[in-house]
Amino acid sequence: MNESLLTFPKGGVHPLESKTLTEHSPVEILPTPQEVEILLSQHFGAPCKSIVKKKDLVVEGDLIGEVEKGLGANIHTSVTGKVKKIGVSAHPISISVPSVIIETDPEAGPLERSASDWEGLSRDELLGRIKKAGIVGIGGAGFPTHVKLSPPLEAKVDTLILNGAECEPYLTTDHRLMVEHPEDVMEGAKIILRILGIKECHIGIEANKPDAIEALKEVSGKTSSNGFSISIDPLKVKYPQGSEKQLIQSTTGRIVPGFGLPFDVGTIVQNVGTTKAIYDAVVYEKPLYEKIVTISGRGIARPANLLVKIGTKLSDIVAFLGGTKPDLAKVIMGGPMMGFAIPTLDIPVTKTTSGVLFLTNDEIDINPHGQCIRCGWCLDACPMGLSPNEIGVYVEAGRAGDTSQFGVFECFECGCCAYACPAKRPLVQFIRLAKMKAKK
Amino acid sequence: MTDLPLLTVSVSPHLKSGQSVEKIMWTVVACLLPPLILSVFIFGLQTLIITLISVISCVAVEAISQRLLHRPVTIKDGSAVITGLLMAYIIPPGVPYWIPILGAVMAVYVAKHLLGGIGFNIFNPALIGRAFLMATFPVAMTSAWLPPIRDGAIFKYMGSGIDAVSTATPLYLLKHYGSSALMEKFGSMPAIYGDFFIGWRPGCIGETSALLLLIGGLFLIYKKYITWHIPVSMIVTVGFLTWVFGGESLFTGNPLLAVLSGGVFLGAFFMATDYVTSPSQGTAKLIFGAGVGALTVLIRLKGGYPEGVCYAILLMNPIVPALEGWFRPKRFAPQKGAQ
Repeated sequence: MNESLLTFPKGGVHPLESKTLTEHSPVEILPTPQEVEILLSQHFGAPCKSIVKKKDLVVEGDLIGEVEKGLGANIHTSVTGKVKKIGVSAHPISISVPSVIIETDPEAGPLERSASDWEGLSRDELLGRIKKAGIVGIGGAGFPTHVKLSPPLEAKVDTLILNGAECEPYLTTDHRLMVEHPEDVMEGAKIILRILGIKECHIGIEANKPDAIEALKEVSGKTSSNGFSISIDPLKVKYPQGSEKQLIQSTTGRIVPGFGLPFDVGTIVQNVGTTKAIYDAVVYEKPLYEKIVTISGRGIARPANLLVKIGTKLSDIVAFLGGTKPDLAKVIMGGPMMGFAIPTLDIPVTKTTSGVLFLTNDEIDINPHGQCIRCGWCLDACPMGLSPNEIGVYVEAGRAGDTSQFGVFECFECGCCAYACPAKRPLVQFIRLAKMKAKK
Repeated sequence: MTDLPLLTVSVSPHLKSGQSVEKIMWTVVACLLPPLILSVFIFGLQTLIITLISVISCVAVEAISQRLLHRPVTIKDGSAVITGLLMAYIIPPGVPYWIPILGAVMAVYVAKHLLGGIGFNIFNPALIGRAFLMATFPVAMTSAWLPPIRDGAIFKYMGSGIDAVSTATPLYLLKHYGSSALMEKFGSMPAIYGDFFIGWRPGCIGETSALLLLIGGLFLIYKKYITWHIPVSMIVTVGFLTWVFGGESLFTGNPLLAVLSGGVFLGAFFMATDYVTSPSQGTAKLIFGAGVGALTVLIRLKGGYPEGVCYAILLMNPIVPALEGWFRPKRFAPQKGAQ
């Protein structure tokens, strides 16, 4: 069976998966915290403008941040309560961003939303609901979904690819979602297919999630296809299987050109989590204000998959799970291969937080790096066929500006090179520096 | 707020493979030990002493060089140990004990650390050490060959009297007297193949046992520390070109004898595959290996020396940066107009 698994041919690595910590833990609902800190920048594009002011009363799902101009996605409150402050908050990447702090009303109960039939809605109505709900690509960069689903007319999109690969070690949010809500994912896929006016969909899932593959296959067997052709594609377990370009190649054999986008080869890729958010937005008219987050690693008392209100601070999550362990060494927002190390727990969950990892010294490698020994292992690991070794040596020699010859701008920083490097060289860091210098 | 220890913050990825330079180097050291142990039984206990002196000198020179150049001392990574082993393996078993000390200075200080340390040396340090010794002490380096011990008397060549027993290497006999002289000295061809494959022949300390070098090399390939490209292309090229040009007339040379003599196996698996001084991509590796093989045969047949592996590798070393430039990895989808 293993021979028939789909994959991409060049590069990739096999880090320790460590998914057993949470892969069979059903999603628990984190109790609503006393206070949430909702960032006004949770998407690709400029921050939203706050439309509430101090002491305003808001109800779960109310719009609090609007797009002023350009790319962006609406932001909604995840709790019912009173606006405490419009200020700035710590951000794992941008250091600080504007935010709305809301004190929760302890009396407010959960909000009931009823399902509506979407089949009668037009394409524009469907897109309108998605835009209104502030959906962004929650698997990664937070690109506004309504924009992604409106490709230019000259792009002949014929295939939708749902990304259920979840190739990052530790993370199990997409896994649990597919196991627990396969119908919603399948229905979400049909909504997207309707919007795009196409029939063909591939759902790519790494073979280490047999229960998810099974669950989706069962649903697709039961429900009517409506003329859609949705295939569930088991993928070989290899990082970065869930990277957009690699996933497109694995499932369709198409190669996205350098600096091109998926629709250049007739495809659109959506994360399964985003697909579920689209389903909720269309069927329940529910904005994106809560999401499943994997809390894992050997440095947390109880690893879990939690449904978390966006804006919940990591410290509240840690308290709910019984605190951290004494040998905790590193906290990461996101996966261990591409996530960001953070210095404090005073940071809120955003739309794109897929996991928070609490890693101990045994799980990370803090050995100092040495000189490049030219073993070439990074060349074998790089899925893009770049030369990370050369880029690193150039950067160290003060020649970061001369590195575009090695394809530095094609790098999407998956981290395979630095993972494979026996000299522990911080190759991704070198490449980021090279990108900054080579642009000039 | 819970008490949090001081957190490490660094750029992704936060996971690293369990591999390290130390692991690679010490595995290579382990793969090089069986030929050394066998050499004690072939040439006597002094091979062990020469090798120990070579290794200790290389490690000491590495530590001193790094101190002098104000760099971190990295002797624990095992790379100087490998240089010491390899340099001892390619010198004759009857040389004076001080010989490897001088070689170590040249190999580790000049050829490695003055060029920037590990990763920046253009030439294989152990081979530079040997080439230096060949140039400065030609008599010791070309006449201290010993006939293999057949009776287990491993103390036989200890101390003085080496001149009295010194012999000629098979390649020397072949070059100057032809294969009949070889058979006169070492017996029938099948017997020669057997002895040479296991290691019972005159030669440098660690180069004679094709069998043990092959096992060590295959283990490194199994561990994915080296790939098959360079060893295969080098050995095949030596065999093929010797078959074509190495006989009385075309296509009458003896390829098997050629690859089992001299330093072909040691060079193919342990020297031409040195990460720093060989290419890192498949096609470039094949060309590099073939180049080493061709130069080896050229030196053996037309040059002044009976053996050419050492100089063949040294001559190919400086071509590596060009080979790397010509054979870059195939890009997934390069930007249009990019180089």
